[in-house]
Amino acid sequence: MMDKTHQCDLDQDAALYRPIYQTGRGYYVVGGIFLAVYLFSIYMYYAQIRNGLGVTGMNQPVTWGFYIVNFVFFIGISHAGTLISAILRLSKAEWRRPITRMAEVITAIVLAIGGLHPIIDLGRPDRMMNLLESGRLQSPLLWDVTSITAYFTASTVYLYLPMIPDIARIRDRGGKLTWLYTFMAWGWQGTERQKQVLNRAINILMVMVIPIAISVHTVISYIFSMTLQPGWHSTIFGPYFVAGAIFSGIAALLIVMIIFRKVFHFEDYLKQIHFQYLGTLLLIMSIIWFYFTFSEYLTGIFGGEPHEMNTILYKFSGPFAFFFWGMVLCNFVIPVTILSFRKFKTISGVLIASIAVVIGMWLERFIIVVPSLANPRMELPLGIYIPSLVEWALFAGGLSVFALGFMVFAKFFPLISIWEIEEGRIHGVKEVEERIHSYLPGRELSNL
Amino acid sequence: MPRWAMVIDLDKCTGCGACMAACKMENNVAIVDSKEAQAGRALFWMDMITTYEGEYPTVAAKRMPKPCFQCDNPPCTKVCPVRATYRNNEGLVAQIYHRCIGCRYCMAACPFTTKVFNWYEPQWLEGANKCFNPDVSVRAVGVVEKCSFCAHRLQHVKEVADLEKRPLQDGEYVPACSEICPADAISFGDLENKDSAVYKLSRSYRASRVMEDLGVEPKVYYLSKRVS
Repeated sequence: MMDKTHQCDLDQDAALYRPIYQTGRGYYVVGGIFLAVYLFSIYMYYAQIRNGLGVTGMNQPVTWGFYIVNFVFFIGISHAGTLISAILRLSKAEWRRPITRMAEVITAIVLAIGGLHPIIDLGRPDRMMNLLESGRLQSPLLWDVTSITAYFTASTVYLYLPMIPDIARIRDRGGKLTWLYTFMAWGWQGTERQKQVLNRAINILMVMVIPIAISVHTVISYIFSMTLQPGWHSTIFGPYFVAGAIFSGIAALLIVMIIFRKVFHFEDYLKQIHFQYLGTLLLIMSIIWFYFTFSEYLTGIFGGEPHEMNTILYKFSGPFAFFFWGMVLCNFVIPVTILSFRKFKTISGVLIASIAVVIGMWLERFIIVVPSLANPRMELPLGIYIPSLVEWALFAGGLSVFALGFMVFAKFFPLISIWEIEEGRIHGVKEVEERIHSYLPGRELSNL
Repeated sequence: MPRWAMVIDLDKCTGCGACMAACKMENNVAIVDSKEAQAGRALFWMDMITTYEGEYPTVAAKRMPKPCFQCDNPPCTKVCPVRATYRNNEGLVAQIYHRCIGCRYCMAACPFTTKVFNWYEPQWLEGANKCFNPDVSVRAVGVVEKCSFCAHRLQHVKEVADLEKRPLQDGEYVPACSEICPADAISFGDLENKDSAVYKLSRSYRASRVMEDLGVEPKVYYLSKRVS
């Protein structure tokens, strides 16, 4: 063991390898807590399977509750990753290098969690395969199955491909699980030809992944907007959901970055500047989110259709007022105040803003799903929805899987792309200089 | 395709609830205990909506029996991912209980909130489970169900008519609620048959449908002098 640590220290990027080889006691304690929460949620789900969906707080007319809220929420978070990383790669943003890997990991884990939620929500999970055997492609739910599957496939491949050179590095160091790394590295030797092929594959994928990611959240919004229900039947839901998804995704990415920066001492890699840039992006998304929300509610209020107004008043001043105004506070007031001023835009400031945004975006999903159902068009008594312990437990379980997924990943693979950092050091600096010259009059870039 | 329709005369309806009871018995609808019913999980294929108008002391209660409206353009069948709810050859919106995956999308999509869900394993009163209506399948936990316009009765009268080699007569096929109604407020028949009672009633100046502007073409008409 001493030997290996010594070897790590010789490396320039030793800090990035360290989490794979060294595990502290804190890791087991935190991991144990999350595992316990996860096991508890599994037990609760078992109770639901045995007794039926009656163990939740759902009823008629509030037929969808936490599960669908969390489904939309988790899938929204998944836009952090692949989309951000693809857009940053595509736009040749050099500061992306230490960020992309974490972003892609978020996507893979959160998609797996989010994708399971509609199944948890089913009254008859045993008949899930009916979706494939007798699925109706006319149903928005099937569009969802299709696009989420496509997104999961594309984003796991997109996570894996750029990991190959790093896996090869770990393989070459020897030590634990060499057979696994040898298998996963696919015979990577770092030859020119291999690099070419890999780059090409990454380029194709990142272009492909952007429309797929956008389609995923658009289609999720279609689940709601394709119905005639007040508050749901809206044409801007597609872009509104996508914007919200990217918004919450960036916030989740920032939280993950700040936590791992602290825990694994990545201070040298994740610098002030990264948080500044991503913070600016978060600020822009916050304003875009506000623009969409404002348009959505203003059109509803101005038209004043009675059923629509019932839902809006239920949110503005009814039982959901606390959640609604909490959402506005978390998604707009807090992040805009913090991120607009250089003084507050420190790493802890960005952390507070990001946590607020994640909470706010969860509230937004809650506010979209429940009030419309609780205010049916028929003159029924108002619906009530109080989530049960089972639903809370499964929510906590989902969050635990997220944490556990990251913890397991960190023990096997580097959380920051080592070869991309190296590439930045060796080629990036020169390339950028050349590129900037090419922007200026008088010089042409040799190979674009 | 026939257009089976129901006309409910609210000026005749006394709000007694006999239709609800008859429906429960006819269709083997499970009984939910009072705590669950309070939580909004009562199973009614034929529901009764009560709204109050005015303030004390001049309060007026409006009661309105509400079956499934059997829309010609149903929003619920459009969204079903597995075709567990669909419009059948008789123009009725049908449910396939053993195919339903319980996603409850159809319930969320129905503008009239007519669909109900089996939140728990269905239960019946002591002894009631020994005298089910054999023509109606008993549902399992985790599936959606709703008023079928007593489609099993249609099947029965059609077979009889086929045997006797004659067309169906108006008034031969009636659901349980219509049959039981002591005030004779619920009429039933085929809108395509211009001589039928429902056709004439549906053309009455008192006739209206709930939220006609949604374009879902419900086939349940309400007669009332009060409703515009």
